[in-house]
Amino acid sequence: MASGTKIEQQAKSATKEKFLPRKLIAPALIFSIALTQVPFLVTIYFSLMEWNLLKPQEKAFAGIDNYIYVFKTGDLLPAIIATVGLTAFSVVCSLLVGLFFAVLLDRKFRGQSIARTLIITPFLIMPAASALIWKFSMFDTNIGIINFVVQKLGFSAIGWSTQYPYISVIILLTWQYAPFMMLILLSGLQSQSREVLEAASVDRAGVLRTFAFITLPHLRQYIEIAILLGTIMLLQAFDPIAIMTKGTGGTKTLAYLLYERAFVGMNVGQAAAYGVVTVILTIIVATISLRSLFKVFISGVSK
Amino acid sequence: MNNKVKALIAIVVVAIAGVVVVQQQSGGDVTLTLATVNNGQMKDMESLKSEFEADNPGIKVNFQVMEEGDLRSAVTSDVANKAGQYDIVTIGAYEVPQWGANGWLTDLTSDLADDAYDVGDILPPVKDALSVDGMQYAVPFYGESSILMYNKEILDAKGVKLSNNPTWNEVAAAAKKVNSANTAGICLRGKPGWGDLFAPLTTVVQTFGGTWYDMNWDAKVNAPEFVQAVTFYKDLLASAGQKDPVSYSFNECLTALKTGKVAMWYDASVAASMLEADDSPVKGKMGYAHAPVAKTKEAGWLWSWNLAVPANTQNKEAAVKFIKWATSKEYHNLVGTKLGWSLVPPGARTSTYSIPEYKEAAAAYAPITLEVMSAVNPKQPGVNPQPWVGIQYVAIPEFQDVGNQVAQLVADAIAGRITVKEALDKGQVIAQAAGDAQK
Repeated sequence: MASGTKIEQQAKSATKEKFLPRKLIAPALIFSIALTQVPFLVTIYFSLMEWNLLKPQEKAFAGIDNYIYVFKTGDLLPAIIATVGLTAFSVVCSLLVGLFFAVLLDRKFRGQSIARTLIITPFLIMPAASALIWKFSMFDTNIGIINFVVQKLGFSAIGWSTQYPYISVIILLTWQYAPFMMLILLSGLQSQSREVLEAASVDRAGVLRTFAFITLPHLRQYIEIAILLGTIMLLQAFDPIAIMTKGTGGTKTLAYLLYERAFVGMNVGQAAAYGVVTVILTIIVATISLRSLFKVFISGVSK
Repeated sequence: MNNKVKALIAIVVVAIAGVVVVQQQSGGDVTLTLATVNNGQMKDMESLKSEFEADNPGIKVNFQVMEEGDLRSAVTSDVANKAGQYDIVTIGAYEVPQWGANGWLTDLTSDLADDAYDVGDILPPVKDALSVDGMQYAVPFYGESSILMYNKEILDAKGVKLSNNPTWNEVAAAAKKVNSANTAGICLRGKPGWGDLFAPLTTVVQTFGGTWYDMNWDAKVNAPEFVQAVTFYKDLLASAGQKDPVSYSFNECLTALKTGKVAMWYDASVAASMLEADDSPVKGKMGYAHAPVAKTKEAGWLWSWNLAVPANTQNKEAAVKFIKWATSKEYHNLVGTKLGWSLVPPGARTSTYSIPEYKEAAAAYAPITLEVMSAVNPKQPGVNPQPWVGIQYVAIPEFQDVGNQVAQLVADAIAGRITVKEALDKGQVIAQAAGDAQK
């Protein structure tokens, strides 16, 4: 009898022990569910409404009309192509520029830390500010530095935002994100074993061969991480499009399209529908890319 | 009950009593909340509000000054959802007739009828644009039209003369003649947006005989006249315009003209006061002319920033009193004597243009502003009648969106990525969907 109660008590305290931590977690769990899922549910609800802010009297349930609109107007596919294209080109360009500067900085010289700080600066400037800087100080036809040089070389000034909006956005994003790539690649370069490099030079491998056959394979994981993180950040690029090109010339990305539906069209329903479709697409892409992201991290750890 | 609880209850009781007493004391006072745009003239109004408060004891006016875009969305959502946060709102000529028709604004017709206010003194086209079926829903604080501004030194050097009412063909010829490697012939807005590119471009479309919609709300965006006008605008930019049109709107063109990078500019008349300001390098060198025309007599646009009282305000009487004061003849005199005569709000009252001090201070641009603003016709700005009142915009809620999307297509056409016809064929579909919603 006595032992029976003991066992019962033990079992009770065991279940108590199990429930207590769960109870303690509960507020945080409920909070995070509320914070992440409620807005999404509200967005889904909005996406089923006919709701233009400028026509409050016509607010009504619309069913899937907004989704039909999203797929029928044909703005979605060009926006996806623009987003993927701009992101891909910008990531590749900033990776190459970043690699170039990382290799240059991976040696001892006077003022190395000053040079490094200066090169990182573009990444620290607010995106809207850097878009304005490029619009006026660099690309402008009258006071821009690029056009000043172009004209000094004897050519006529180039209307960047008008003639080459796509390239302008890529140039700006590359300028902004190359420092980020450089930081990751530089840490990779500095973790290289000096002995291996020394051995290579003893074997009379040239600089280019050493770089191609020793440094680059060593950098592979760093490059993969840089590409993945860069892609995640660049997919959200919005400021250069809003400030410089206004979505012309194939630069209307998903982010800008969404902004337009919500704040120019004032159409909450349509904007929400675009938002839901974007989230679904993002989940699909993210599941695939996160898998490879984890692979990169895991293999990085195992080595 | 322990002492702590007693103390707490005592504190709460005192606090509630305090609130009640304060509320009773301020019972006779009214605080008006005014939402407005961050333009110079509005800030002048804020600096002079103490004069109004001194004359009207018991009324306080609280200004909320915002960027144009922020103001538009803040005021729209407040008024549309009847939140009642503002007693007075500053809205553009584009919004007034729509909001008036929606029943969101107080009808001011009877409140403005007294002789002292003299409602007949308000410039007739501006008054027309603010009325729906004879009922006036807002009063203009200041107004503007569009004019052609040109640097006389540059034009004289090439022997170019412009008349007071030039045609677009004359202007295009002049622009090509003065165009050089360092100085563009003409600056025209190219930044995609209904209020940027399409403000001047719509006036060009109308004077070429085109329109956005016919009387049945059928879109006319790919009609031959519309295509011809946009092609003309594009060709003029390509042959004698500034190099990077997509980057250029009001402020960029203003800078370019001030620094001598362009010779001519077609834009808002309010720019003239900035070109003639004391710190402007082109002060006194400028010439002004009516908006260039093709088939119509006048082609200038019409815009005004207006004060209106939302229908659901609790303080209607005090709010009306304030907007009458801020748009009165006495207020114009007050600005002139206290702040300087060149700062008097332009384009609202005819009598402003007969004040001797103002005539002297604004001699370079006051006559042409009055001339153009009295001449334009917001009821039928183009060749054919239209089902809305307004010149450089269509007074329907969808127009912001339609104008924006078509402007992006036109910008692609200006850059040569698609033809004008292709751009406007796509624009026609977008515009027709909005037109169908009006039928």
